[in-house]
Amino acid sequence: MANKIPRTPVREQEPSVRATNFEEVCYGYNESEARLEASRCLGCKNPRCVAACPVSLQIPRFIGLINEGDFAGAAAVIAEDSLLPSVCGRVCPQENQCEGSCILGVKSEPVAIGKLERFIGDWGHTTGSVNIKCAPFNGHKVAVVGSGPASLACAADLAKAGYRVKIFEALHKAGGVLEYGIPEFRLPKQGVVAHEIENLRRLGVEIETDVVVGRTVTIDSLMDEEGYQAVFIGSGAGLPRFMNIPGENLNGVVSANEFLTRANLMHAYDDSYDTPIYTGRRVAVVGGGNVAMDAVRTAKRLGAEAAIIYRRGEAELPARREEVHHAKEEGIEFNMLTNPVQVIGDDNGWVKGLRCIRMELGEPDASGRRSPVEVPGSEFDIECDVVIMALGTSPNPLIASTTDGLETNKRGCITTDDNGATSRPGIFAGGDTVTGAATVILAMGAGRKAAAAIDAYLQGISVSAK
Amino acid sequence: MFKIAKKKMLAENICLMDVEAPRVARSARPGQFVIVRVDERGERVPLTICDYDNDRGTVTIVTQVVGASSARICALEEGEFIANFAGPLGRPSEFVYENIEELKNKRIMFIAGGLGTAPVYPQVKWLSEQGVKADVIVGAKSKNLLIMQDEMRAVADNLYIATDDGSEGFHGLVTQLFEQLVAQGKSYDVVVAIGPMIMMKFVCLTTAKYGIKTIVSLNSLMVDGTGMCGACRVTVGGKTYFTCVEGPEFDGHQVDFDEAMRRQAQYRTIESRKAKAEQEALAGHKCKVGLH
Ligand SMILES: Cc1cc2nc3c(=O)[nH]c(=O)nc-3n(C[C@H](O)[C@H](O)[C@H](O)COP(=O)(O)OP(=O)(O)OC[C@H]3O[C@@H](n4cnc5c(N)ncnc54)[C@H](O)[C@@H]3O)c2cc1C
Ligand code: SF4
Ligand code: FES
Repeated sequence: MANKIPRTPVREQEPSVRATNFEEVCYGYNESEARLEASRCLGCKNPRCVAACPVSLQIPRFIGLINEGDFAGAAAVIAEDSLLPSVCGRVCPQENQCEGSCILGVKSEPVAIGKLERFIGDWGHTTGSVNIKCAPFNGHKVAVVGSGPASLACAADLAKAGYRVKIFEALHKAGGVLEYGIPEFRLPKQGVVAHEIENLRRLGVEIETDVVVGRTVTIDSLMDEEGYQAVFIGSGAGLPRFMNIPGENLNGVVSANEFLTRANLMHAYDDSYDTPIYTGRRVAVVGGGNVAMDAVRTAKRLGAEAAIIYRRGEAELPARREEVHHAKEEGIEFNMLTNPVQVIGDDNGWVKGLRCIRMELGEPDASGRRSPVEVPGSEFDIECDVVIMALGTSPNPLIASTTDGLETNKRGCITTDDNGATSRPGIFAGGDTVTGAATVILAMGAGRKAAAAIDAYLQGISVSAK
Repeated sequence: MFKIAKKKMLAENICLMDVEAPRVARSARPGQFVIVRVDERGERVPLTICDYDNDRGTVTIVTQVVGASSARICALEEGEFIANFAGPLGRPSEFVYENIEELKNKRIMFIAGGLGTAPVYPQVKWLSEQGVKADVIVGAKSKNLLIMQDEMRAVADNLYIATDDGSEGFHGLVTQLFEQLVAQGKSYDVVVAIGPMIMMKFVCLTTAKYGIKTIVSLNSLMVDGTGMCGACRVTVGGKTYFTCVEGPEFDGHQVDFDEAMRRQAQYRTIESRKAKAEQEALAGHKCKVGLH
């Protein structure tokens, strides 16, 4: 019977209202909604959702406990596999992972696993009831570079296991992409990210900001001079790509990283902060991923007309489906099968338009997606005064270039084995810096794997030293 | 939090500060810069490292009031704190890696304009510590805007001063003074020019006539200063570079200065509105800018 209940809708801010503010779009479930939604789960013996989850969250178990009203129990089950349920419940591409595989999805709609995960994560924040104990200090110090999800997860596991952990972050605020990239309206900074950082501090993890590893200190100076016996590198993939088309350095062309960093990290949308941001009247965002959606919706909220320019079709948009849906509701214009060939400037060197060419889908490429090809002679101009490039990012070469013997592949990613061990003993890495730009859940999973490997490595060392 | 160990006004609206930042002091090299965020509301402002003292753990910066954040930096007093101070950023000057004996045979001229005197100083000082001589031209609009003259005189082989209004030294532009020196028989193998973009542009046009290699230090707009945003991109030799990681020093004859100047002015109208509000606020006025 359970599967006759329709998927419980989630309350959201009215599109026309939210398109003018930065408050969170989705309010999430309350207790009764969560229990109603949880009652839909069949509790499958061979749950397809678990198999599709990158960290194998025990989904039917925690949903069963929500159904019984045992939220603390559900939180404990999630905590076995995930450290960031409030974050992942909000930003995971559930439609390609757990929910995409849920058996209910075959005939009707999948269980809202993400919303339930978020409910439990937020419940833990408000009640503060998830008590985590740390093993006594085991005499080993570990340095963690960067403070994105990979680093947060690695640091938390190590701290619980009795290591003294210090995070070194280049920016003035911890959180990585969660802080500088993903906007407030999708992931509240005070309500969610600050909690995760605070939990880490409660575990005894120290965070030193304003340390650019490779410049302020090096991996080697941390190990040789500051006594860290192992280092985890979770420095992400922060280097923005540009298209290399004419006009890209005109005033008004920015990377999505710049635009979002100004808005999120620097609070440029709030006039009482000093950092400026410019949207003009019409903004064109080039790209189709989460980053593009975040940029275009931020531009809209800052008062501009905002449009997506994407070279493939709608089915190929790599962004989370929910974000595309929300963007459309908010009045974002989508130009599919369109690719820029030139940014057009006015006499003063400011953007006044984007010359594009129409595309059509050809044969599937190596990734299985159908690759777009230009339609000859189909160029046309789109009027705009700001162009935001959201074309993807790659790892910053700074750490690799200042650490002798640290191997990288031809895409500039640090190479590791399955457990995060790099080419140098004692140095581990995980997250976007190893995989290239990916997801929060994969970064978190990689951080935890590396923590286990660091533990094994350091215990091995202390055993052999005895 | 980074404590201000010493503060000195160098001219109206220009202040020098020694900031306690031991990690930065230890790693700093000539030519590098720091990113300073004065407080929670502040911008991340790039400032060239003007001196560093590893023993005392301090880094010297010189700030000119140009916007809201720099106004609040200059309003801080000794013993107060700067919220964030990250660095050293960018690549050290090329000569840090050069053979000292070869450097000693080179005739080097530094041309500093206005606030550019501050970043030139640690370079000349570093060279003089290695026994390498260098001449320096310091230019300013007027005598009261000349900074760090005594410090510079102590480390430069010859120090030449130029002011636009003739209130001290040579009456005219640094480029005119340079050409006069060359006409008098001086010759140089390399020129390092640091100052306003427009000055660096004209120094490069001048030195190109004589075929003298010229290095400039670009003060592009920046946000993070770590290579993450591309706000700082410049075109050098037809290729795009990120000033914060691949600079700030570039071959001046290859730099597209017109583009660099245009990009630098991108946020000028928004910034000047905010700066005006800030100065009024600091002056104690009630003001409603920023409230809708
Ligand atoms: C705008 C945007 C939206 C996204 N949306 C989603 C989404 O909806 N769902 C999803 O799953 N994923 C999303 N992603 C991707 C996801 O955020 C990343 O995959 C994830 O954050 C990677 O985590 P990480 O820990 O590897 O690195 P990051 O989160 O990138 O953190 C790296 C940290 O290291 C610091 N650092 C870098 N170099 C140094 C150095 N030399 N010294 C010291 N510190 C350094 C950086 O400042 C940063 O704080 C999005 C990304 C962006 C940019
Ligand atoms: S596949 Fe769907 S119904 Fe089955 S356990 Fe997972 S969430 Fe529940
Ligand atoms: S300032 Fe952001 S990349 Fe240089």
